[in-house]
Amino acid sequence: MNIHEYQGKAVLKKYGVAVPNGRVAFTVDEAVAIAEELGGKGVVKAQIHAGGRGKAGGVKVAKTLDEVRTYAEQILGMTLVTHQTGPEGKVVKRLLVEELSDIKKEYYIGLVVDRATQRVVMMASEEGGTEIEEVAAHSPEKIFKEAIDPAVGLSAFQARKLAFAINIPKELVGQAVKFMQALYNAFVDNDCSIAEINPLVVTGDGKVVALDAKLNFDSNALFRHADILEMRDMDEEDPKEIEASKFDLTYIALDGTIGCMVNGAGLAMATMDTINHFGGTPANFLDVGGGATTEKVTAAFKIILADPNVKGILVNIFGGIMKCDTIAEGVIAAAKEVSLRHPLVVRLEGTNVEKGKQLLNESGLDIVAADSLADAAKKIVELVK
Amino acid sequence: MSILINKDTKVMTINLHGKTGRFHAQGAVEYGTQMVAGVNPGKGGTEVDGIPVFDTVQEAKDKTGATVAVVYVPPVGAADSIMEAVDADLDLVICITEGIPVLDMVKVRRYMEGKRTRLIGPNCPGVITPGECKIGIMPGYIHTPGRVGVVSRSGTLTYEAVYQLTVENIGQSTAVGIGGDPVNGTNFIDVLEMFQNDPDTDAIIMIGEIGGTAEEEAAEWIKANCTKPVVGFIAGATAPPGKRMGHAGAIISGGKGTAAEKIAAMQAAGIKVAPTPSDLGSTMVALLKEKGMYEQVLVKK
Repeated sequence: MNIHEYQGKAVLKKYGVAVPNGRVAFTVDEAVAIAEELGGKGVVKAQIHAGGRGKAGGVKVAKTLDEVRTYAEQILGMTLVTHQTGPEGKVVKRLLVEELSDIKKEYYIGLVVDRATQRVVMMASEEGGTEIEEVAAHSPEKIFKEAIDPAVGLSAFQARKLAFAINIPKELVGQAVKFMQALYNAFVDNDCSIAEINPLVVTGDGKVVALDAKLNFDSNALFRHADILEMRDMDEEDPKEIEASKFDLTYIALDGTIGCMVNGAGLAMATMDTINHFGGTPANFLDVGGGATTEKVTAAFKIILADPNVKGILVNIFGGIMKCDTIAEGVIAAAKEVSLRHPLVVRLEGTNVEKGKQLLNESGLDIVAADSLADAAKKIVELVK
Repeated sequence: MSILINKDTKVMTINLHGKTGRFHAQGAVEYGTQMVAGVNPGKGGTEVDGIPVFDTVQEAKDKTGATVAVVYVPPVGAADSIMEAVDADLDLVICITEGIPVLDMVKVRRYMEGKRTRLIGPNCPGVITPGECKIGIMPGYIHTPGRVGVVSRSGTLTYEAVYQLTVENIGQSTAVGIGGDPVNGTNFIDVLEMFQNDPDTDAIIMIGEIGGTAEEEAAEWIKANCTKPVVGFIAGATAPPGKRMGHAGAIISGGKGTAAEKIAAMQAAGIKVAPTPSDLGSTMVALLKEKGMYEQVLVKK
């Protein structure tokens, strides 16, 4: 789960990470009022769940209150298109108004769960402000890493090593160490999956400050973080994905024409790949999980059909725990309830498969049965042409 | 022969009183697995379908001789159960639970350092040695005893591979689901090494998916160390970057972990990559014929 920059900064501040003074504004007047408190000027930052806001015109420095008003009017309600939003962009509904910082130099600090070491790794680079992916691709020697022992936490010596490696001014290394340790504590306390400070800045008055903050949380750990869950912004998520999560379905919208309903994440991906292999395009990833009921299957059908691009549906179930006759009953009930008009291809394999196939055959519905995943993909691709 | 488990393996189910644990323990017993104990703290002294339940893993091990545990504990307590099994010095822990917080698994991995217990999973279907021992949630009837090893990050894709082999009249030595989480107990290379050293495994199917670099590392290992024919598949060629495809580990981030990179690494290592998951069985048949090994893996009727 993602949160906004201003929310991320509020979380980090609690742990002693230095952030600029500022607050969120939902209206132009609120933005002006915050800037007034900050001495009549400030930086106006669009709050959306995507990076690259500055380049797209979503971050403006205002030297006067009039400028704050002008920029707030401009940015609130605008559709920002960045390299992370997709071509449709995202509408700005919130602003962060913050005090101006006297930036001497920009750095990068990030934390991730690293598969290779199976630990949390802190990454640091002198190339702040730019995209870290670019740095990683072109000059990987400029990224320094420390794997952190979960039993010990981020040791001061590790943080020092990073601070020296990225050339933090000597007199500020102590401050940078405290910053990094606070960031690590915030990361593990809140079950983050990613924390990125880009840029971390050193200011003219000798402070180490997080000028931006991107926090991403492990969705599997949200059950123990009610405060984080409250920060979820539904406006930033696909409504179909929200609906799916209510039924414990994993749905991800894509831009093709063939809706998919599959059990298991690997098989769901492989089904999309097979559709693609035979010249079709998948409209979604949808994993119904291990314990599908008729209600769940019906919900899945409705979510798939809510996508206007869908021209046909492929159901691919390899029943292990899940019984094929249960799936067949669900498919029949769902197809009747939504009065399905699109072509529907069903491939069933696994526990109680014969019973499942019989139910589909006797349903009186126009369901095309398939013998294998390849057969199913070929049939649905042909039917939506 | 086989790897990891066989007909002599004695198994305990952690959370045997739970709905899922009980259901799959019954399935294991029906398959012929020696399911000798259950563990549920506070329910020691009870029985579930004739299987005795103990309060702790240590007690279950001491009283029954079980050396393997399967964990069906909900995410909130699963990491603790894995550590309890490691502390009891079991040979093997298989964790089926999906949705364990990743930082809990980071702690588990740290806890396991210097200890000899092997962990498979979490978020996996389990391990099966066909005809001998089934531990996990896979449907037993699709398997056939034989000489091809299967290792996969995905549960249902493992079933797909196994089923196609069975249809082709090719049996399996052992099928191992290593799970879809980014921090886990056993990786591809661990299992590949076991298959390479198993005299009764003649060929291997390896199924990966997008995210991370485990498949690339496994391909390197195969190139350097594996003398047995390997068929591969990578799921997620059509997945867009930045979107987590169900499994916590299946995400393309920073342009890394794409299917194209993984397939190229596999092909460079001499692995025969199936063009679609429906071709896993036929690709294995073609490869075995090419190597003159087809007859020896066919199940004798």
